[in-house]
Amino acid sequence: MSTVVFAHHGMTPAERLRDAGWIAFVALILGVPLIGLTTVDVGGRLAVDTRFGLLAVAVVAAFAGRLALRWAIDSLRAHKQSKARQHTADTLSSRARTLSMVLGWMALGVSIALPIFFSDNRYVVDTATTVLIYVMLGWGLNVVVGLAGLLDLGYVAFYAVGAYSYALLSTQYGWGFWEALPVSGALAAMFGILLGYPILRLRGDYLAIVTLGFGEIIRVVLLNWTEFSGGPNGISSIPRPSFFGLEFTRSAPEGGHSFASFFGLEFSAMHRLIFLYYLILVLALLTHAFVSRLRKLPVGRAWEALREDEIACKAMGMNTTNIKLSAFAIGAMLGGFAGVFFAARQGFISPESFTFSESAIILAIVVLGGMGSQLGVVLAATLLVLIPEFGRNFAEYRMLLFGMAMVLIMIWKPGGLLSHREPTLRLRDPRAKAATTEGAQ
Amino acid sequence: MMLTMEGVHAHYGHIHALRGIDVEVQVGEIVTLIGANGAGKSTLMMSLFGNPKASAGRIVFDGEDITRLTTHEIARRGIALVPEGRRIFPRMTVLENLQLGAAHADPANYDADMARVYAMFPILQERESQRAGTLSGGEQQMLAIGRALMSRPKLLLLDEPSLGLAPIYIRKIFQIVRELNRDHGMTILLVEQNANQALRVAHRGYVLQHGEITLAGSGAELLASPEVRAAYLEGGGHG
Repeated sequence: MSTVVFAHHGMTPAERLRDAGWIAFVALILGVPLIGLTTVDVGGRLAVDTRFGLLAVAVVAAFAGRLALRWAIDSLRAHKQSKARQHTADTLSSRARTLSMVLGWMALGVSIALPIFFSDNRYVVDTATTVLIYVMLGWGLNVVVGLAGLLDLGYVAFYAVGAYSYALLSTQYGWGFWEALPVSGALAAMFGILLGYPILRLRGDYLAIVTLGFGEIIRVVLLNWTEFSGGPNGISSIPRPSFFGLEFTRSAPEGGHSFASFFGLEFSAMHRLIFLYYLILVLALLTHAFVSRLRKLPVGRAWEALREDEIACKAMGMNTTNIKLSAFAIGAMLGGFAGVFFAARQGFISPESFTFSESAIILAIVVLGGMGSQLGVVLAATLLVLIPEFGRNFAEYRMLLFGMAMVLIMIWKPGGLLSHREPTLRLRDPRAKAATTEGAQ
Repeated sequence: MMLTMEGVHAHYGHIHALRGIDVEVQVGEIVTLIGANGAGKSTLMMSLFGNPKASAGRIVFDGEDITRLTTHEIARRGIALVPEGRRIFPRMTVLENLQLGAAHADPANYDADMARVYAMFPILQERESQRAGTLSGGEQQMLAIGRALMSRPKLLLLDEPSLGLAPIYIRKIFQIVRELNRDHGMTILLVEQNANQALRVAHRGYVLQHGEITLAGSGAELLASPEVRAAYLEGGGHG
């Protein structure tokens, strides 16, 4: 009986957006007199001042609030509905899917809007940039560990290869960021294959030990080969990326423009930080698009099959050598890209930044996020970067807090924050399909 | 001749697991290998697949010497394996498992092969978006067979397909083996401990003991043979 009451269909995402858009529009109209305009006392007389920034916040809040409310109502309804006709695997997975879709879009919205609202808060933008670097590293390692199931404890080596490639190419040969990016990525991929070859036969703990050793070898070489890498002193004054040739400097170069002078802005150190933030956001989004696309291609499915059962893969005619090497190469390349960005952002790198604990944190991000889950990596990276930041008040207990949080997550969610695996292909409409098969019986 | 093994030896480390095996499978036949645990049945099947490689002797498949090829190259020549213990991809959906079976098949046949597998195993279509690990043992075995068929093999190897299944599924599996051969002309090499049922469906059979073929003959002959009856059929061997 209750099914009759709740029989009408839920809203499609487009309908929800339109609905929220209308609410935001109403909020805007109401908000102009209520929030947008305010009176201030100027020398004993009243004058009208504008607060459009605050108004924008209110409108965005109304939009997001409406979306969240609608979604909450619908999901509550769907919950009741699914209770009414028992939990089937299909509804569970479709609920997990909507949840991760909503979360994903929300995360994207927040990450795009963040520097706008915190345009004068250096700390927030900086921390968010760090989160995004780890997101990108997590997505890269996810290809190797989450998808292909090859436990890699030395991932930071590829991050280092990328960072040092850019640092050397730019300081020694004067290469720009955009020229060095693909070359450094290719170099890191080469190192991935180099590591991949000798360990093709290894698996599980043996694989982990060798990759761990590889990570250390790279670090120790960088530390001791002083003529090449500067040894423990590292490489400094690495050029920063420019905005289509416009530098983020206080004074414009002779006969040219700096970013600020070109756009007629007053110079602010924040411009570069915000640009770097958007740069890594774009790099991370490209990584995401790339990896999601690969997952749906035969190579991605082969990685997952390899994780599940290597012998069955071979019996199906798959060349497991190539599958493993491609996973290592692509994972390494993505790590290399992140390294290039890291070097360009810091302006200074040294082997200190590429220790085993970095590898461990990146691996923790992948495992906590739920192996193979793209969104899980985002959540875990955010948590693992923010927990130590919040923990700064606790000084020496900071890492203790960090460890405790990790233990708690693993107890609470042993499969990772988002352990639901998204199938690489699905039926167009699982419900209609279920109805027809039920009808046929 | 579909498959010829001549004097094949194989080693697992120091263990001499196969000691000069001669086996033949002709086009359109069901051939079964029976034998006790540890007799080398699965080793024979795996060394046919290059894992471990034969240390001596020759394996010829469809006119080509495949003795030195790697596992995936052999698979691409048109041999499909339904491995012991099924070895489906548990965290992937039924549909994805079937797709992976067709990973190196001609894409032009994909729809037809999918339709054929679904017609043979309607339960797989019902469960197509379910994770393969959530299927029952019998359903998983059907998925493993369906996955192997997706590559349009010339020769299908079944390694202990009835192992650990409920009797109703065991009957069903043997019925499928018979149908595949009769209706689709599939050549099948079947390894079984369930000698009684295996010999009933097979045209010919080999008895394997300590890595050597000790008896060969038609299914009916072997069923009637006193040695086989004593060793494999009487005293608990009937399933």
